[in-house]
Amino acid sequence: MDKFEKLTGIAAPLPLVNIDTDMIIPKQFLKTIKRSGLGVNLFDEMRYDRQGNEIEDFVLNKPQYREAEILVAGDNFGCGSSREHAPWALKDFGIKAVISTSFADIFFNNCFKNGILPIVLPQEAVDTLMKDAEKGSNARMVVDLEEQTVTTSDGESFSFEVDPFKKHCLLNGLDDIGLSLEKVSSIDSFEEKASQARPWV
Amino acid sequence: MSPKTLYDKIWDAHVVHEDTDGTCLLYIDRHLVHEVTSPQAFEGLRMAGRKVRAPEKTIAVPDHNVPTTAGRENPENMTEDSRIQVAALDKNAKEFGIHYYPVTDVRQGIVHIVGPEQGWTLPGMTVVCGDSHTATHGAFGALAHGIGTSEVEHVLATQTLIQKKSKNMKVEITGKLLPGVTAKDIVLRIIAETGTAGGTGYVIEYCGEAIRDLSMEGRMTICNMAIEGGARAGLIAPDETTFEYVKGRPHAPKGAQWEAALNWWKTLYSDDDAHFDKVLTIEGESIEPTVTWGTSPEDALPISALVPAPEDFQGGKVDAVRRSLDYMGLTPGQKLSDIEVDTVFIGSCTNGRIEDLRAAAAVLKGKKVKDGMRAMVVPGSGLVRAQAEEEGLADIFKEAGFEWRLAGCSMCLAMNPDQLAENERCASTSNRNFEGRQGYKGRTHLVSPAMAAAAAITGKLTDVREMM
Repeated sequence: MDKFEKLTGIAAPLPLVNIDTDMIIPKQFLKTIKRSGLGVNLFDEMRYDRQGNEIEDFVLNKPQYREAEILVAGDNFGCGSSREHAPWALKDFGIKAVISTSFADIFFNNCFKNGILPIVLPQEAVDTLMKDAEKGSNARMVVDLEEQTVTTSDGESFSFEVDPFKKHCLLNGLDDIGLSLEKVSSIDSFEEKASQARPWV
Repeated sequence: MSPKTLYDKIWDAHVVHEDTDGTCLLYIDRHLVHEVTSPQAFEGLRMAGRKVRAPEKTIAVPDHNVPTTAGRENPENMTEDSRIQVAALDKNAKEFGIHYYPVTDVRQGIVHIVGPEQGWTLPGMTVVCGDSHTATHGAFGALAHGIGTSEVEHVLATQTLIQKKSKNMKVEITGKLLPGVTAKDIVLRIIAETGTAGGTGYVIEYCGEAIRDLSMEGRMTICNMAIEGGARAGLIAPDETTFEYVKGRPHAPKGAQWEAALNWWKTLYSDDDAHFDKVLTIEGESIEPTVTWGTSPEDALPISALVPAPEDFQGGKVDAVRRSLDYMGLTPGQKLSDIEVDTVFIGSCTNGRIEDLRAAAAVLKGKKVKDGMRAMVVPGSGLVRAQAEEEGLADIFKEAGFEWRLAGCSMCLAMNPDQLAENERCASTSNRNFEGRQGYKGRTHLVSPAMAAAAAITGKLTDVREMM
């Protein structure tokens, strides 16, 4: 996995609440057996008409947001289906951090597995960041994972919480499976005990 | 010993390792796999030269993509991309030696219906699947939740998940339900109260007399939609109803092991004074047949209600409702029972079990669907289908004008050819009314199977109690 470096980039505002993973990547694009190449289909039904033409007023189609690396979104981002295609599509488009007041649980976890940082902040902070994002490409937001801060183009800074283990993995680009396999002897002994206690499993 | 919730007890029994910051390695007893969210995980194993650690605990079944029409065993009858995904599952199941139910097997069906039906899902287990509706299995008092594909790979390789414990939430439904009110109405009402993010960070235990009185099918409907309330998982403590359902299933314990299992299962309940971080209580009698009007499962109201206005809401929901009403083609103040539908879908992991089909058939018996109505029943598994045929339900559906399909996820997420066309409006027993969920610009109203049957007859959303 890529390491999450300090990020200075364009933030795109998407102030809709309850953006679900069906919106992020509709089902017809789940019929892939790869992880890559989904960026072009990100937010497909909001981004293109049925003829495949771009819908001009969708935020990521606007010239100033085409290179966005940060998304500022409404409450409960990523709800619904567990499809990891959602973070794959965001990542492939170039989004490396998403900021909201809340995220759905499975999507939140899936982000960390793909080098994307989901940042939870209070409503007021998200409102300020949303306004900053609306300024377009001249305004660069800074996301510093090490320091756990987001800073607007005006220099206003907000601290955020992040799980220490998830932070460590993201900063160092660590592979979960490799880490867990280091504990294989614990898994072995758990299995041995469990097979005595609950042999029917 | 301090009192524990049901969730605490199952969690504690599965911790392999705990770090000082509370990050745990949690052992997984059952891993269910389907064709859409697994190919990249198996490919990851292959690239790293890893094996499936516990193939005997891993069960695969194709369900999302498969057509539900005759002749589907011939791969030629699938679109190329669907065929590739199903073929990949086929290959991966064989190569890694995991249990597999292909479409040619009568036991094939929606993964969350097959698991319980075959006795793979048992009380006190941890169950995961690369599908958010894994919450279904919580009906057995199993800790069950959806995971992403990276986690699928993690479970395949290690039979564990890296997890932090969620908080405990209790949702109690007191007393009895009114006639015509079902498990689906209960869960829609709960989500309407908590909102789709109300359960975020929690595992919900559903309890109370109205929950106790439900069959296993009804309990599965409730837990299935725990995810629609944002919860990591839903749980219902196992009891005689659970044990009765499990007993004799192909993979349920037998003989002395059954007795040993039963002894442990009977300890799986929340202690009297166990702490819950959040509690919601709803009177069973206050629940009416419920339908959704918007594009989020929290947009649910009694069938007797009116379509709300954006101004009835606050914050970001105002704009969201404006967008929803536009998408749904509805006007504030319109009676929900005046909304005309042209499509009815009965099926899915929420409502594709035998009891659901019985409830719908009871309403449809001797009646016909409205002229021009496209109505479809997609049983949740081949075995549900066979049983419904044996009980004469299939004939009732067919005589009423329903299409009688083969098992799969079908129009719940419309990955196969079963889709809504633009502006078609569907009364659906599925779980999500998101924009585009059942087809581009398709409009979904979530309802119970009995309410779906009523809508098929009248051509509009209808209070099923008027037909009972």
